[in-house]
Amino acid sequence: MTIALETRRLRKSFGALTVADGIDFSLEGGARHALIGPNGAGKTTLVNLLTGALAPSSGQIYLEGEDVTSLAQAKRVRRGIGRTFQINSLFRSLTVLDNVALAVAERTGAARKLFRPAFSHDEVKDEAHALLGSLGLSDDASRAVRDLAYGKQRLVEIAIALGMRPRVLLLDEPAAGVPSAESHRILEVLAALPPEIAILIIEHDMDLVFRFARRITVLAAGAILMEGSPQEVAHDARVRQVYLGERAHV
Amino acid sequence: MEAFLSSLVSVAFHGLAYGMILYAISVGLSVTMGLMGFVNLAHGVFAMAGGYLMITLMLAFGLPWLPALLASCLIVAVFSMLLEKALYSRLYAAGELEQVLFTIGLIFIAVAVARLAYGPNPLAAPLPSYLKGQLSLGGRSFPAYRVAVIATSALLIATLWIGLERTRWGAMVRAAVDNRAMAQSVGIDTARLFTLTFALGSGLAALGGALGADLMAMTPTYPFEQLVYFLIVVAIGGLGSLRGPFVGALLIGIGDTACKYWVPELGAFFVYVATIALLLWKPAGLFGRHV
Amino acid sequence: MYSAPARLRPLEALPWLLAIAVYFAAPSYLPLGAYVFIMILFTLSLDLVVGYGGIVTLGHSAYFGFGAYTAGILAVRLNGDPLLGLAAAALAAGLLGLATGAVILRTRALTLLMLTLAITSIVLEIASSATALTNGSDGLHSVPVDPVLGRFAFDLFGTTAYFYCLAVVLACWTLVRSLVNSPFGAALVGSRENDARMHAIGAPVYARRLQAYSISCALAGMAGALLTQTTQFAGLSTLGFELSGEGLVMLVLGGVGRLYGAFVGPTVYIVARDYLARQTPEYWYMGIGVLLVLIVLFARGGILGLVDVLVNRLRAKRS
Repeated sequence: MTIALETRRLRKSFGALTVADGIDFSLEGGARHALIGPNGAGKTTLVNLLTGALAPSSGQIYLEGEDVTSLAQAKRVRRGIGRTFQINSLFRSLTVLDNVALAVAERTGAARKLFRPAFSHDEVKDEAHALLGSLGLSDDASRAVRDLAYGKQRLVEIAIALGMRPRVLLLDEPAAGVPSAESHRILEVLAALPPEIAILIIEHDMDLVFRFARRITVLAAGAILMEGSPQEVAHDARVRQVYLGERAHV
Repeated sequence: MEAFLSSLVSVAFHGLAYGMILYAISVGLSVTMGLMGFVNLAHGVFAMAGGYLMITLMLAFGLPWLPALLASCLIVAVFSMLLEKALYSRLYAAGELEQVLFTIGLIFIAVAVARLAYGPNPLAAPLPSYLKGQLSLGGRSFPAYRVAVIATSALLIATLWIGLERTRWGAMVRAAVDNRAMAQSVGIDTARLFTLTFALGSGLAALGGALGADLMAMTPTYPFEQLVYFLIVVAIGGLGSLRGPFVGALLIGIGDTACKYWVPELGAFFVYVATIALLLWKPAGLFGRHV
Repeated sequence: MYSAPARLRPLEALPWLLAIAVYFAAPSYLPLGAYVFIMILFTLSLDLVVGYGGIVTLGHSAYFGFGAYTAGILAVRLNGDPLLGLAAAALAAGLLGLATGAVILRTRALTLLMLTLAITSIVLEIASSATALTNGSDGLHSVPVDPVLGRFAFDLFGTTAYFYCLAVVLACWTLVRSLVNSPFGAALVGSRENDARMHAIGAPVYARRLQAYSISCALAGMAGALLTQTTQFAGLSTLGFELSGEGLVMLVLGGVGRLYGAFVGPTVYIVARDYLARQTPEYWYMGIGVLLVLIVLFARGGILGLVDVLVNRLRAKRS
């Protein structure tokens, strides 16, 4: 199996506070990988480092074997690292279709076009519609995002990320804030994602994590505590202690 | 050489006086912008109000200089408190454009009121006789008024800094500038804190405006004309800081005085260029933490 | 954007029909009309930056004035052809926009606002001290202007000026309209709505903003050139911060980020000022100030926003 994304001795500190402490992590091609850990373990920081939203203090990041550590966020995105946000980060006053089309247009280069109306860029719209269809959002395409129910907004988050056709997709708590009755919908969507995309998911909903992930990395205090299959993680005493200890059982 | 030295001292002295005034006016702007994130372009209105009020109190009510100065500062502070409660507070959550337009609107209103009340021509503040002469210090003579300006401002700055370091109010302001949500969660009444801080900032501006009425004459368009300078001081000093605008104000005060003294034809040009260069180097200003 | 077609609606012919109607109905207002067109162009350029780009600036008069002086100096020194002057002004202001925008757009919020003010002040300072070129505070008087296209001479009644400005505004409006409806315009709105997300989908946000900023500056420069050519005068007031402020006021009065606000705002503002400000400028300033405060507190969409609200209410009543 090829390695899609890899970090070597990745370190990030803010003054005296170290939030990522020499992380060696790798994500295989087509992976279904979860990153868990107690609050403040540095999960979102790691995602921000991987996407380039934050610059590491030291260490390297490789995308399919190439060093991308010094590449700006926009360039990494164009090379195939996509992400979603823990707290909805959408274009709230725009329609669902526009939200997705913006991402598609950036990828295809249509966004550079100055004169032809956006509305007549059928290739962008068709792709956006197809994506919305696959996520069950077709009926909401022309509604403003802010008028959608929260759970659906979470799906739009994912739709935007898919619009970039990423080879590596980082999902930052895709089910955060979604009532548990609806979280199965998120899981369905995640399960149906194209198998060739390497996916790293951060999630607090352990039910979702253990159903979705084939491999789990546990992060604590900015460092990797352990990594293994869901069974291994579930039965690891250290994990119980630092993380699952908060919740009596898995 | 002697002549050059003499002009150097003169520039430093006048620049210091100007810088002190700029600081007194701008420090409130820095704190309110840092604390409330509010782009208050109308801050100069309070300085103008202070200047005009002092002139009125002296000429129409016959108050002596010092009581008139303090009273105008107090009146402006109280008035600004009402303004903050009634209008400003509604716009803390609004976008930058709304805040900019709203405060430009306030400037327009203030300009109109000032023109109606005082006419379009510049007014100078009447000075008491003891501030009109020259003071000799170390074999040189300095205008007494500017010496008084520097002394008053220095006293004010010392009080302010000690106040912010030592008092409970100061601790609350610093906490709220640092992290507003955290400050609220530990029970600080931020709405009240904002109002009081705003009033203090406006009162200081009024004091600066009144004190500086001799250097920066009162005209109805004062809030527009001086705005760039106040903003420069705050931007290069850094938002939400007390010391930042002090350094900024002194740099601008002395730099501007020096440029106008030695290269009058290019006047403010150098000040603007230096400001831009500084902000490119440090976008958050000299002492700012937020960009 | 992508969801809604940008077809021309019949209502969009209204401003142009009105402009022609004014020519027949109120010929004595042609010079004022030309001035309204110039301010419409300036406000339109501001709408591109402020309304669509989300960049709040107080320094757009720098480009207006730079264009005004470029056209004026070119006409005085070399050639009085108005279209040449217009093109030169657009180019000069556009390049100035590119150079200054590259600096300004690296910053945000208050710093950005301050930099825009500082740049206007610098341009003003240069213009007032480079007396050999600009004639300092006296301004450039009696700027020669040749007939448009070699045929239509500028006349005393302002007919040529009126239609010349109208034609330029029409051309620029067509450009801006297609810009804001294009994928580029959509991406610009995207960064206004959510900067962080635009970065996260790989958009070169800074480069796009700079592009839009430069185009807008070129348009502002053209507006300045029109002012020089129709009044045969270029003065320091074209560079003042007051003009930038007025532009923002006109924009917000009409409605920000909706293209037609730039038509409604300047028209209402200038016509009202023509009536009110002559007698008592104090009350004019007071009125504008109160109006701004009221708009911000109660009617963020400006006049067109209020029209929207009314139309929606009427529709709701009917159905």
